[in-house]
Amino acid sequence: MTAKIALALLLAASAGYSWDEIKGVMIMQGFAGLSLFSIFLLMALGLAIIFGQMKVINMAHGEFLTMGAYTTVFLSWLCESYAPGLLAWYFPVAMILAFFVAGSVGFLVEFAIIRHLYKRPLDTLLATWGLSMILQETFRQIAGARETSATMPEWLMGSLQPFEGVDIPINGIFLLGASLVLTVIVVINLYYTRSGLRVRATVMNRDMAGAVGINTRMTDRMTFALGCGIAGVAGAAFTTVGSISPSAGGLYIVDTFMVVVFGGAGSIIGTILAAFGIAQAQSVLEFFLSGVLAKVAVLLAVVFILMIRPQGLVVAKIRK
Amino acid sequence: MNTLYRSMLGGRSGLIGLAILAGLLLIVFPLLLEPFRLNMMGKYLSLAFVAIALVMCWGYGGIMSLGQGLFWGLGGYCMAAFLKLEAARNIASEAGTDQIKALSTVGLPDFMDWNQITELPWFWYPFKSFPLTLALMIVVPTVIAYIIGTAMFKRRVGGVYFAIITQALCWAMEILFVTRQGWTGGINGITDLRTLLGWDIRTPSAQSSIYFMTVVGILVCIVLGRWLLNSKFGRLLVAVRDMEDRVRFSGYDVANLKTTVFCIAAAMSAVGGAFFVLNVGFMSPKLVTIEPSIYMVIFCAVGGRMSLIGAVYGTLAVSYGRTFFSEEFPALWYFLMGSVFILVTMVFPDGLAGAATRGVPAAWRWLTRNFREPPPAPATAAVKEAQP
Amino acid sequence: MIYPHFALELEELTVSFDGFKAVNGVTLYVSKDELRVIIGPNGAGKTTLLDLICGRTKPTDGKITFMDKTLTRLPEQEIVRAGVVRKFQTPSIYPKLTVFENLEISHPKGRTAFGAIFFRRTSDVVDRIHEVAKEIYLADLLETEAEKLSHGQKQWLEIGMLLMADPQLLLLDEPVAGMSVREREQTAELLRRICKGRSAVVIEHDMKFVRRIADKVTVMHQGKVLAEGPMDDIEKDPRVVEVYLGH
Repeated sequence: MTAKIALALLLAASAGYSWDEIKGVMIMQGFAGLSLFSIFLLMALGLAIIFGQMKVINMAHGEFLTMGAYTTVFLSWLCESYAPGLLAWYFPVAMILAFFVAGSVGFLVEFAIIRHLYKRPLDTLLATWGLSMILQETFRQIAGARETSATMPEWLMGSLQPFEGVDIPINGIFLLGASLVLTVIVVINLYYTRSGLRVRATVMNRDMAGAVGINTRMTDRMTFALGCGIAGVAGAAFTTVGSISPSAGGLYIVDTFMVVVFGGAGSIIGTILAAFGIAQAQSVLEFFLSGVLAKVAVLLAVVFILMIRPQGLVVAKIRK
Repeated sequence: MNTLYRSMLGGRSGLIGLAILAGLLLIVFPLLLEPFRLNMMGKYLSLAFVAIALVMCWGYGGIMSLGQGLFWGLGGYCMAAFLKLEAARNIASEAGTDQIKALSTVGLPDFMDWNQITELPWFWYPFKSFPLTLALMIVVPTVIAYIIGTAMFKRRVGGVYFAIITQALCWAMEILFVTRQGWTGGINGITDLRTLLGWDIRTPSAQSSIYFMTVVGILVCIVLGRWLLNSKFGRLLVAVRDMEDRVRFSGYDVANLKTTVFCIAAAMSAVGGAFFVLNVGFMSPKLVTIEPSIYMVIFCAVGGRMSLIGAVYGTLAVSYGRTFFSEEFPALWYFLMGSVFILVTMVFPDGLAGAATRGVPAAWRWLTRNFREPPPAPATAAVKEAQP
Repeated sequence: MIYPHFALELEELTVSFDGFKAVNGVTLYVSKDELRVIIGPNGAGKTTLLDLICGRTKPTDGKITFMDKTLTRLPEQEIVRAGVVRKFQTPSIYPKLTVFENLEISHPKGRTAFGAIFFRRTSDVVDRIHEVAKEIYLADLLETEAEKLSHGQKQWLEIGMLLMADPQLLLLDEPVAGMSVREREQTAELLRRICKGRSAVVIEHDMKFVRRIADKVTVMHQGKVLAEGPMDDIEKDPRVVEVYLGH
């Protein structure tokens, strides 16, 4: 964080901004960065499990997010048409439903495709890219190519004004909250439960895990489904800040992979740090450069840092 | 002579395969296809350069580059830059005293004019010369590949990580090319290209000449690729793919080997990009981004990742399928293509080449099981590659 | 020159993984023409020691010298070119290439990318391959794909690949693991034969085999050298007995 502030200050100073202006920029872009951070983190969490733990490259991960988002949109539409009274409270239900819809599709996908390709990670990449094409086209056929959005309950609209001149949108806070809660759930699930232990054991030593009685095939399937389910929840949360289109999830896939790789595959802490770092860097730079150039700068910086630390930010040193 | 015959042409079966491909591209297509379709084939073939490059880089070397569009695009942009400057010069001379046309800056590409650029940027100057353009077309992508390769492979970044990083770099380049409108033509790219050294490339006869040049380029690349893959270098690539540590502990600089094949692949892709520009007369950043780059990998996978000739068939089949379906049944296309991605990785990892080398002989044996001595199946050699 | 007769010198070699010292202050001298065997219980740091010598792992502290050349920070391929080669615990050969090609790749000619492109299979290369193949009992299997060999033959093939470069120091990690009794005998004979004029450091668990091949034995325990000397002395050393039978 300090390094980033220093970088921003350096850039600002060289561009000739005054201190007050810089402070304003920091606050404003800081919030924008937090909202980007939430999206990255939501996307990356599921991927951190699927790619970080299982080493499966799921290029269709964004489509599972889209799936969760469409589930929410569909439910909001149902509520609006048939039970307007429930509109205030459909959203939590939508999040749970999104988890199960995306999770069960993930379960099927693992069974049909992924399990045949565990030993060929690069091939998984191609196969899941194909899957993402199929899923996107399915969305397009069912929901249409146009952007749609869910009707938000009243309590998610409006904004808070903690002090003069600063507006914090409630849906932004909700998104941030959702991403943090989801992170905690994932960490607890992975590191403090029996099923999480089974996942980690299977990842570390498949044969041994099998030998001590873990059903490794089922563990793989459930892990993949869990990762997809989390992407679904992320999609539901995503509808609070943006509209959704068939290709919406795919837009974030490269960013998300960079976040997971940058953080150090297999480390949740690393993923959080990387999501935060990349999002903040991008939003701060966006003020000084144009949005897309900020993106290029951040991508190049990440690539450069990966050259110095090929294993990512957080990595355990072990005998190879 | 005999060794060259074996290493470059791949012996008898390799020669037959090459001859069939050459016959198809040089005789059958020009005779059967109307000029418009033939030009389309030329366009597809310019993508086959990348597929051939990926056979070496990915099939043999195990290095999956998801950013090959970057190199293809750089080659294309270099060629387009030269053609654009020539077009701009011609417009200037045609305009002569014409007041309205002469209002624009003389000899400057139109898109620069639209972006209020009044002087040619310094890096556009080399593209005034054709030999320099040809040199840069190869050198620029190769140097960039060398930098990426050295940086990544020295630090042992490989496999999936390399794939994702090349994808990100490709994306970064697309963004740069789209946003620097005044330098690159932005999202529209470099369009309205007309002549190459005074030769109008838009006429039907020029188009068919360019088609034949593209085919020759493809055949040269295949022969060159065979020569490389049949050398010790080719066997080392397989060794690096399967057992990288052993190669390292046999005294080889693995990073250097990988960088070399990556550079060769980049240069070959760039040539393809240049042929593309000649075939279609424009270059656009939409063609060099993430999705086209993944398509390039799938061309190679469909053709058979270990077969140089297969890569050409794979490119033609997928590209033609894409055009056909997106004209006739656009929605179906995505389902079909998605299924091809999945099936080719799960069921046919050796692609068309694998199907031809295994499936055709099996079918032939089944068909001819009543004959005592089945004659050799000529079709088997069509896609069969000489294994080193 | 204080120890002019030593080929390999390890001094105070230490490596630590997140605070855990897998190899802790190991000092070891191996003479030219000597075949040294390292034994020790699992987790003693034997394989890590070989990793350090061949450059696979970089030491946290200490110095590695071979034939008066400092290897400590050299990249792996430079260490190989200095004459130090390594055989891994599980046979690591190129499964899709033939025995001949496996050996050919290990030939020191054409080690750069361009060298490999313009490499020609000259008669001296072919002769050398046949010579090594005979030595490792695979002369009749030159055209066989390596993945079709038996486990023991794969081990030999890897040893043969090391020999192609005519190395000065062989580092062998459990060369007879998974071999039959007859194969073990052949391997012992092979090792005795190829180690003439060279040095070797071998990790092995099979005590009978160790007794057949070892000039000197080093016992490692918990990252440190516990004892060193001829096999007969080692077997009587109460500390060694304690480590193997105690707890």
